[in-house]
Amino acid sequence: MAIYSPGLSVLSQNAALPPDWPGGYWLHWLVFVVIIMTFVLASIMGFIYFERRGIGRFQVRLGPNRTGPFGILQPVADAIKVLLKEDIVPAKGDRIVHWLAPVVAFVPVLLIFAVVPFGGGAILADLNIGILYVVAVSSVTVIGVFMAGWASNNKYSLLGAMRDVAQVVSYEIPLLLSIVGVVLLTGSLSMIKIVAAQDLPFILLQPLGFLIFFMAALAEINRTPFDLLEAESEIVAGFHTEYSGMKFAMFYLVEYAEVLAISAIITTLFLGGWRGPLLPPFVWFLIKVFGVFFFIFWIRSTIPRLRIDQVMAFAWKALLPLALLNLVITGIEIVALPAISPWVIILINLGVLAVLVVVWSRFFKLGGGRVAV
Amino acid sequence: MTLALSGKEIAGKLEEQFPGGILDSGADSVTIKSDLLLSVASFLKDTKDLEFDYLTAITAVDYSRYFELVYQLTSLKHNHSLIIKTQLYDRNHASLPSVSGLWRGADFQEREIYDLLGIKFDGHPNMKRIFLWEDFQGHPLRKDYL
Amino acid sequence: MAVKTELKLKTEPFVLNIGPVHPSTHGVFRMRVTLDGEVLIDLEPVFGYLHRGIEKLAEGRTYTQVIPLTDRLDYLASMSNNLAYVMAVEKLAGITVPERAEYLRVIMAELQRIASHLIAVGAFLNDCGAFMTPILYMIREREKILDLLEMVSGQRLTYNYMRVGGVSQDIPGEFLPALRKFVQRMPSYIDEYDQLLAENEILLARSKGVGILPKDMAINASASGPVLRASGVKWDIRKADPYSVYDRFQFDIPTGSVGDCYDRYRVRVQEMRQSVRIIKQVMEGLPEGEVKAEVAHFLRLPVGETYAHIESPRGELGFYLVSDNSIAPYRLHIRAPSLINLTALRDMTLGWKVADVIIIFGSIDINMGEVDR
Repeated sequence: MAIYSPGLSVLSQNAALPPDWPGGYWLHWLVFVVIIMTFVLASIMGFIYFERRGIGRFQVRLGPNRTGPFGILQPVADAIKVLLKEDIVPAKGDRIVHWLAPVVAFVPVLLIFAVVPFGGGAILADLNIGILYVVAVSSVTVIGVFMAGWASNNKYSLLGAMRDVAQVVSYEIPLLLSIVGVVLLTGSLSMIKIVAAQDLPFILLQPLGFLIFFMAALAEINRTPFDLLEAESEIVAGFHTEYSGMKFAMFYLVEYAEVLAISAIITTLFLGGWRGPLLPPFVWFLIKVFGVFFFIFWIRSTIPRLRIDQVMAFAWKALLPLALLNLVITGIEIVALPAISPWVIILINLGVLAVLVVVWSRFFKLGGGRVAV
Repeated sequence: MTLALSGKEIAGKLEEQFPGGILDSGADSVTIKSDLLLSVASFLKDTKDLEFDYLTAITAVDYSRYFELVYQLTSLKHNHSLIIKTQLYDRNHASLPSVSGLWRGADFQEREIYDLLGIKFDGHPNMKRIFLWEDFQGHPLRKDYL
Repeated sequence: MAVKTELKLKTEPFVLNIGPVHPSTHGVFRMRVTLDGEVLIDLEPVFGYLHRGIEKLAEGRTYTQVIPLTDRLDYLASMSNNLAYVMAVEKLAGITVPERAEYLRVIMAELQRIASHLIAVGAFLNDCGAFMTPILYMIREREKILDLLEMVSGQRLTYNYMRVGGVSQDIPGEFLPALRKFVQRMPSYIDEYDQLLAENEILLARSKGVGILPKDMAINASASGPVLRASGVKWDIRKADPYSVYDRFQFDIPTGSVGDCYDRYRVRVQEMRQSVRIIKQVMEGLPEGEVKAEVAHFLRLPVGETYAHIESPRGELGFYLVSDNSIAPYRLHIRAPSLINLTALRDMTLGWKVADVIIIFGSIDINMGEVDR
């Protein structure tokens, strides 16, 4: 397999072993847990701030600019407000499930960060099934969402939760298939090896895979245009209608933590992780994560949302066949054209992308929702 | 310009079809007997050259001795209009056949007249109060309310 | 009644209450919908939450005192309500309105039409899920119109500007230059919105073919305004039965062909363009003179009755006035276009999904002040 430059880099071979610190493995674990928690919480605050200012500018208005200079303390103000609110549980709701739901939703998202390479060997645990672990763990979040919808004893919540489960389960498959393309190119499931193999970022080598992954990921994290389950104009607030106080804050955190996790995964899989000239690795990582996040909320402020049957149709009839085709083509390229310069592969892939997108958009219509009553 | 058809002419035409049913006619209105309402309405809707396919408004006025119901009809095709009036003298059991079978637009307007003035419409698919709540007593727009 | 399916799945319909307090029902409006899964099988509109008894109140006020009451009917199009009412009074009393007042009335009515359609289109797009970006852009334009109307009447929402026999006061010096500037820039803004949204794939998927109102049903259900015109009926009171000085100006009547939500949206956007065209012509021909005819303070009308109607942004607004030669009306009945346009709501929404119901309802564009009076 000669598409990627030969040899895994020295870096990745060393990073498989725990570092040589006093206290050994457990100290490494403790340090990284602290780093990850700080990073996640700080980034979420930063993301909330940037999103509100950014969307405000898209909508010809300033975002929040009163709390602190340039409104920087706005997320802090939000956090304080939410912590001070009364915690209301619906009278006929299931109390235990109601209490557990935010926990079940939030913990898996944090677990994803255990295998995200922050730069130059800094990773909590270099599992050699890295990306598989990520996909497996991220599917548990939806159980928490469904528990929330059920325990609220509210038809709107249940409707929202059902929509969410259907959506997340449907979009898992294109997500996985587009990841397999990357894995084929790398030859390994480990996150560190994936970053190490990207002398050319995989977005160039797998453009179709990138697009499919991006759209499936948007659907997984329930962002516009797939955010119909919290569509405030339809079913009020969906599954978190009946939540207030700290539990609502947890769901809010879950949403942003998922965005952060997806941005980090996209950066690792397709944009080359922490690699880049001149600047230190962690800074490159942040820049790329932030770039992906900017793109995500740019889409949110521009595009209307889809209806649930259109969302499902899109997953099964458009993304799934395209993902399979992508897989087949990548496989053929690896097996049949082993010694060609990567640039030729890039051109072939871009051509294939253009053709497939044009053909599919002719075939595929998103409409037709009326049912005979 | 929407031509307001002359009441006298239409009264003449209607008198041929429904002898004795026309009580009065004005410059642009015809007053008929209340039990002939449905037949006159369908005649006006279906006759060629009249073809009143659009019901603009139904109004009810409470003159203390009687209720007067005013039906404003328009024909989009010929661009002319006409007013049909009818009077009800029994204040306690005021009722009238409903025209919602001919023009669906009468649906909410008849419910409103029932709600605020107490005139029932027979044959209406959903004769309930529309603005006030179900247990409300009385009909506010009547002159003797309060 | 249930959805016909081929699978013998046992499903149970449930009743959901949308409203009266809901982010998306354009006021206090309640719909009791019976759902089978996501599909609507029955809909019952319930209103009366904003019933203030305006018709009864009008019987205890003089003719001029009723004008502020009419402001509060369709509070997003106050000028139109005022105009229809004073036209009814003038028709019965036989008062002639001076030329300048007529021209000013047309300017105000058309400005009001643009403002109302901006909100209608913006709210429709908001319901489609475009997060608030289009409606904020349109509110930016509406602010310019509200500034103009504030120059003239001192109010931003309920103007109380028309009087029996003319308008209450003449326009200040800075009005015409500001209006000229507005009229010059408005077409480019409408083009900007069109460009951003008219060909948007998701908007087309959400609204094309959704909520069709066939032509015969529209006529039979006494629909009026953009709802009727989108179904293919070329009927506009300004052309069919011209009032004020509309017969002196050139403008087109945009119509749709199918009668779905997309057509209603397009008709409103085109109507905004035509309104700008009318305002340009009116500005050129504005004569000098008085703005109000001499009318007794306690106006007494001859015994009789009359009906006057105008084309308000929502449809045909008519006032039926009965007078018994006293200083107050004997009976004032308001033909509210929003109420009558709602007659066909059930038929338009049967068989569609919950998300579509909100969109269809938004595209009819009702105003609860008018529905409930």
